[in-house]
Amino acid sequence: MLAYLAIIFSAILVNNIVFAQFLGICPFIGVSKNLDSAFGMSMAVAFVMAVATAVTWLLQHYVLLPLGLVYIQTIVFILVIAVLVQMLEIIMKKSAPALYAALGVFLPLITTNCAVLGVAIIVAQKDFSFLYSVVYAVATALGFALALILFAGIRTQLALAEVPRSMQGVPIALIVAGILAMAFMGFSGISIG
Amino acid sequence: MKALQVIGDGLIRRNPTFVLILGMCPTLGTTSSALTGMSMGLATLLVLICSNTVISMLKHLIPDKVRIPAFIVVIASFVTVVQMVMQAWFPSLYSALGIFIPLIVVNCILLGRAEAFASRNSVWLSACDGVGIGLGFTAALTLTGAVRELLGTGAIFNMQLYSADFGALLFVLAPGAFIVLGLLIALFNRLNSNR
Repeated sequence: MLAYLAIIFSAILVNNIVFAQFLGICPFIGVSKNLDSAFGMSMAVAFVMAVATAVTWLLQHYVLLPLGLVYIQTIVFILVIAVLVQMLEIIMKKSAPALYAALGVFLPLITTNCAVLGVAIIVAQKDFSFLYSVVYAVATALGFALALILFAGIRTQLALAEVPRSMQGVPIALIVAGILAMAFMGFSGISIG
Repeated sequence: MKALQVIGDGLIRRNPTFVLILGMCPTLGTTSSALTGMSMGLATLLVLICSNTVISMLKHLIPDKVRIPAFIVVIASFVTVVQMVMQAWFPSLYSALGIFIPLIVVNCILLGRAEAFASRNSVWLSACDGVGIGLGFTAALTLTGAVRELLGTGAIFNMQLYSADFGALLFVLAPGAFIVLGLLIALFNRLNSNR
């Protein structure tokens, strides 16, 4: 139990996927201009990340490892994620139109979100158990959501600030993200278990 | 002449990192020193040249509807090749870059160039575009890495310029990556607007 708590805590705060591992930066910069889209994006990522990690874990342990095909891991994983995203889009459109309306636009973007493929590969490299992997994926997604929503809140304020012309847009956003990352470094001394 | 112009475009006017703002994850994640930044850039350059060339060769064969998955498979194959080559010949570099090598697959620069350039231009020009954009990316990563390494440890490419005691460790750590890249993009904007 404590091990699960530790991985959740560590994935959300200590090893935050955006601020400590530098994954998923594109959506972090791209869709953080307002709170609504930040929320939608992070929910879509959480959903896809959990499903993708579960599916790629099963593939890794029941297909790639027994057949000795680990070297095509990258190709298999990215294809699985691309197919999965397409399927989720079709299923959601039919069965959950409200959810589709909320998350639909973000889904195609997730295929090239390196956080999803990143988590699938990290889990495979560290040889986590199935349940541990899925918990890790969900916790990582929550960490991504935390980072994205915090950042969107700051950026809506930042839009009102006067910034030198060449610093406007991405540069100032990156520097603010740097300061946020500094705040997250405060957690780095903490470890459970 | 056209080839030179395409390469020059990729290096400066359409620099993938500083102007197009693509491929942020490896730019932030692998630039803790000039050497790691440069090797990441070179690995990407290699994949980009190969994928651009092959995709341009196959552009009439790939049906329009499935072009994105087809591009991804081509890119992923070359990433796997680079991954295996690095694992065999540069194991220390491979472990330093870690997960960012397989993640070249989802680097938006590669898919972006495949879609915007290689699927519309001749094989020769596409290869040149790969060289230009790849070199632009490598230059950007090396520069970011050099600035971070110099400010953080007082060295560039492990060459000590001043004592490491005066370095601010912050720049080697995560926040430094964001701050240095932000300032470099701002500098690039400033230089571009003056011209």
